[in-house]
Amino acid sequence: MTDTLPLHEVSTTPALPELTSQEISRYSRHLLLPEVGVEGQRKLKAARVLLIGAGGLGSPAALYLAAAGIGTLGLVDFDVVDVTNLQRQILHGTSDVGRSKLASATDRLREINPLVRVEAHEVRFTAANALDLVRRYDLVVDGTDNFATRDLVNDAGVLAGVPNVYGSIFRFDGQASVFCTTHGPCYRCLYPEPPPPGLVPSCAEGGVLGVLPGLVGTLQATEAIKLILGIGEPLIGRLTLIDALGAQWRTVKVRRNPACPACGTRELQQLIDYDQFCGVSNVPTEVPVPEITPLDVAARLARNDDFDLIDVREPHEVRIAAYPARARVIPLGSLGEAIASLDAGRDIVLACRSGARSAKAVRQLQAAGFTRVWNLAGGILRWADEVDPSITKY
Amino acid sequence: MSIPVRLPSALAAQTGGHRKLDAEGATVGAVLDDVVQRFPSVGPRLRDEAGALYPFVTVYLNDQDIRFADGFATAVREGDEVVIVPAVAGG
Repeated sequence: MTDTLPLHEVSTTPALPELTSQEISRYSRHLLLPEVGVEGQRKLKAARVLLIGAGGLGSPAALYLAAAGIGTLGLVDFDVVDVTNLQRQILHGTSDVGRSKLASATDRLREINPLVRVEAHEVRFTAANALDLVRRYDLVVDGTDNFATRDLVNDAGVLAGVPNVYGSIFRFDGQASVFCTTHGPCYRCLYPEPPPPGLVPSCAEGGVLGVLPGLVGTLQATEAIKLILGIGEPLIGRLTLIDALGAQWRTVKVRRNPACPACGTRELQQLIDYDQFCGVSNVPTEVPVPEITPLDVAARLARNDDFDLIDVREPHEVRIAAYPARARVIPLGSLGEAIASLDAGRDIVLACRSGARSAKAVRQLQAAGFTRVWNLAGGILRWADEVDPSITKY
Repeated sequence: MSIPVRLPSALAAQTGGHRKLDAEGATVGAVLDDVVQRFPSVGPRLRDEAGALYPFVTVYLNDQDIRFADGFATAVREGDEVVIVPAVAGG
């Protein structure tokens, strides 16, 4: 189809692509807005946006950016759709469970808007590929789920000169801002250092209200569109805080930090090891925590062996799925206070949902001088698979 | 003088589920001391062993980062509001 309209009279940016009559119809409600109009819609068509993460935040952001007519949407994700994603990751449906997130997302976005080119990057976003990926786009939408990758997204944005539309969520709280612009602050200006591993739980550990990424991801899409169009007041130098429980939105100031190694002093010349920066690899990987399998623990329980089984999950998780009654519940956050009540002379097995928190608990006890501590490999998820199929996985 | 303090979801477990508290004090530090006195487990989640604010926690007084004012010594007045915002990374 070559049914483009003669828009050259109004065009002030000749490089922008023309709109087809199909696009004129589809984007009618944008064209009616004086702030968007034909010129703005052509900017959207010319735009290249990279969404890092096709999960909770990436879902609404990608859906709305595709519907809005962003010409090229890049998606970075390497994950597979899991049933626990569906409560919030609305790019994916029930029949997508087990598929790659990018295959699922590409199908969904093509259905929303076949005029958008979807570029699927089915890789882990790392220091090795970050700059190469980011440089190919006009702006980045950060929908990642950990501190190390957020620092990486930020630094790549600063080094490549590509703005980063940031969003982050936890439980009922959300944050959004625009970083890495020419004059505004960056993520490191707001948080110069990430928290040590284990101090701030992930959504997989602490939970998240399913609609919250809808609020925050949609705000990110809004900001991305405003930046592309050059309209309104972007969230540069401001951080919007969303408190879903209190129904409070507030916007606070974020200042550029002259001492920021990324955007201030510019001493950061290249990407670094972000796992190390975030302390994720402080414990050398060649020294894994001692593990015990669910079957071995079940056998020890059956023999009435003398050992302590400690469940470091939260009480409300225990109500969903419980280990045998012998397990003592000490949530990870309270373990420090409970150490005095533990007997270092006995074998101690630590357990949680997937084995991540209990591995931290093992390290915490090791640091406190305990030597006979083991991590229950795979947590209650593997326990349900191998020992007690009547337990509900969550 | 009673100053409202807003806490994030991540700290609500330390305050018996309260996400808004009224605390007393003439400075931001004194207001936070009052919160910590009532809910001691909040303390180590805001400040390091030397008493300094962690770099991954931001405290706002009326939407201004206290780091750009006088830190914990920043004076508070009737009608002010303190907001505690830790870094979160979920997506």
